[in-house]
Amino acid sequence: MIAIANKHLAGPEQLEQLREELRGERNSSDKCVRVCIGPGCAAKGAGKLHDLFVQAVEETGADVKIEVKGVGCHGLCERGPIVIVQPGDIFYQRVEEPDVAEIFRETVLGGRVVERLLYDDPDTGAKVVRADEIPFYKAQKRVALAQNGVIDPGSIEDYISAGGYSALAKALTLEPEEIIRQVEQSGLRGRGGGGFVTGRKWRFCRQAAGDPKYVICNGDEGDPGAFMDRAIMEGNPHSVLEGMIIGAYAIGSSQGYIYVRNEYPLSVERLKRAIEQVRTLGLLGEDVLGSGFSFDIRINRGGGAFVCGESTALMASLEGRPGEPRAKYVHTVEHGLRDKPTNLNNVETWANVPVIIDRGSDWFASIGTEKSKGTKVFCLVGKIVNTGLVEVPMGITLRQIIQDIGGGVKDGKTFKAVQTGGPSGGCIPAEHLDVQVDFDELTQLGSMMGSGGMIVMDEDTCMVNVAKYFLNFLQDESCGKCTPCREGIAQMLAIVDRITHGEGRKGDVEKLEQLAELLEGTALCALGKTAANPVLSTIRYFRDEYDAHINEKRCPAKQCRGLFRYKIDPDECKACGICLKECPADAISGEKKVPHVIDQEKCTLCGTCWDKCPFSAVLKV
Amino acid sequence: MMAPNSRQEAKTPMTEKTISRDELIEQIVDRYNGETGMLISMMQDLQTECGYLPAEDLRSLARRLDLPVSRLFAIATFYSSFRLAPKGLHEVTLCIGTVCYLKGAGRISEAICREFQVEPGGTTPDGLFSYLPVNCVGACAVAPVMIVNGEYYNAVTPESAMEVLRALPSEQEDEPDREEVAE
Repeated sequence: MIAIANKHLAGPEQLEQLREELRGERNSSDKCVRVCIGPGCAAKGAGKLHDLFVQAVEETGADVKIEVKGVGCHGLCERGPIVIVQPGDIFYQRVEEPDVAEIFRETVLGGRVVERLLYDDPDTGAKVVRADEIPFYKAQKRVALAQNGVIDPGSIEDYISAGGYSALAKALTLEPEEIIRQVEQSGLRGRGGGGFVTGRKWRFCRQAAGDPKYVICNGDEGDPGAFMDRAIMEGNPHSVLEGMIIGAYAIGSSQGYIYVRNEYPLSVERLKRAIEQVRTLGLLGEDVLGSGFSFDIRINRGGGAFVCGESTALMASLEGRPGEPRAKYVHTVEHGLRDKPTNLNNVETWANVPVIIDRGSDWFASIGTEKSKGTKVFCLVGKIVNTGLVEVPMGITLRQIIQDIGGGVKDGKTFKAVQTGGPSGGCIPAEHLDVQVDFDELTQLGSMMGSGGMIVMDEDTCMVNVAKYFLNFLQDESCGKCTPCREGIAQMLAIVDRITHGEGRKGDVEKLEQLAELLEGTALCALGKTAANPVLSTIRYFRDEYDAHINEKRCPAKQCRGLFRYKIDPDECKACGICLKECPADAISGEKKVPHVIDQEKCTLCGTCWDKCPFSAVLKV
Repeated sequence: MMAPNSRQEAKTPMTEKTISRDELIEQIVDRYNGETGMLISMMQDLQTECGYLPAEDLRSLARRLDLPVSRLFAIATFYSSFRLAPKGLHEVTLCIGTVCYLKGAGRISEAICREFQVEPGGTTPDGLFSYLPVNCVGACAVAPVMIVNGEYYNAVTPESAMEVLRALPSEQEDEPDREEVAE
């Protein structure tokens, strides 16, 4: 191995030389086991698998070079833990500890495929060997995630071998204005949700008067149901750093910050390590790559406040104050952190920058729609067959994402809606599934692109309850600074809560719409301004569900307790007596071989019988 | 304002040697060159050392940085990750993000609160564990998710959650085991 720890790169030639040396060390016939240790796989015990492979390599007497890597999220979390063996790109899924020995013996040493661990196509039953033959991966286009799941996120050697920091070296030979022009021409828009043209933001910040200037990476990924930024920070931290260093050079900044959500300790760890590595190599700090340009990055951990994802709140938090936003008519590109010009971009936006510089703005702009260029990373979750992390070209339809990549709704249920944009977004119903993924198209539907959460809901999801969930969330997370948000959300929640308890009144929906308008027009920041979107979009597309709750005191999805009843299906009931024993209200009667019956007067609708029945004989009616 | 807890009193900060509280604060402040912009990080470090933010330490930190104590309390109460009271022996986090919620996290939370007589954000009366429901831990693919002492449990149900929590050891000496698991 090349001792990288004490190398200091004084110029681009030395970086290229290092890259050549690193590549020379590797051979395409080298054996490599890549274990996905992204959030999903790690939660299923992938860390242990990695250790077992390392142990297996140590114990083997075989005279071959075998590398074991823990890699970032590979995407198909549903089938995790995922293990990929090179050569051959053999994709194993749902790997468990006892499988390690077999994979090692058969595939790594013997070069044979272990059939039973391969992905099997749910439609045809056919076994698939390589990831790129799996429908989930076929329709994707990986730009920001290109190296995710391939390189070891802890190894800068891996990143450099894969071409890393060549964009930085190239950028340092360009005029800052030229870099901004390229980023602007690529059409890259902010991936955090707002969709502002990145290059233009950079230009404003460069032109603003004031010194020093700051650049910030917003890694306060707070939207529930979204883990794209986490996957990038943990799977390929150097791509974020490289983007930031290029951006800082273009803007003329000497200090950067990465604000990482408190719930992501591993992201902090990986970024910290990556920062140390680039500092050592001379790619960060004084005189970056011998160019005379100096820049440093510091990591700040959030304190667990959703509102800090809002740029001005985030800056307040960076100043060591409670994260309360301020009015935005004073732009942060002119007066941001400590009142200095500040450019803030989201993690995924930064990760796209090196690719644009490397491959050119024309290449980037060739992907996507007229006004939304490039790709977008989404977290496909909820009631869907293939949950996971996906990256798709802009312009793909929602149907393609949900059907072709996601494999459709789980358990053969009917699709009801897809929620995008987190608490600021909305629910899109089946009739609009053919819409293209594009900033403006989604906004027109009453939702938004958002940071990339995509939550699929089926027939069993009550849309009024979904609205209630988001209002609850936003009420908790509202900072309380401005009255419309603090009081308005609470009032909306009170009304929706009443509706879900069967106490809705005529005129409630109209009152909700009125409050929504008030919030949109008067709240201080985006959290408040968009807080009504989940309510408005569910009213827009699922008005009948609101009406059923209010007028008929009925929950069509049978989710709101009290607005449906439990009944035992006499044909399915095996008279096992479990529900009878478990019922806390003694509302169930019956005896051996006689189907049991629920006494509706005694029933408290707690749902215990429905949970416990081993034969699914308890029905919601 | 807080009742001193005997166990917490006995528990010294997890630094190598037992150092005084003042020294600890001095160390933390030095770590960030005394920059008030890093106040939140300092308070996070203090909480990591003590398990919570003891009121007297917040006062010392404020004095040391020449800031009003109110500013530190404003931060401690604004950000949900800060705790002003000692935590339980174990840490239980339940994700109630959208996906976990859709898949039944609300009912898991109710079950935990009912059986262990604990409020969200509080600690059980016997000090066994602190319970914190959080909005999304980013592991939506394996929802619902519960985290006990840093260890993830995926696809939990009210029953499986109860099984895990009922099995939590109530003695402190079990701590080394826990750390091994967390490794």
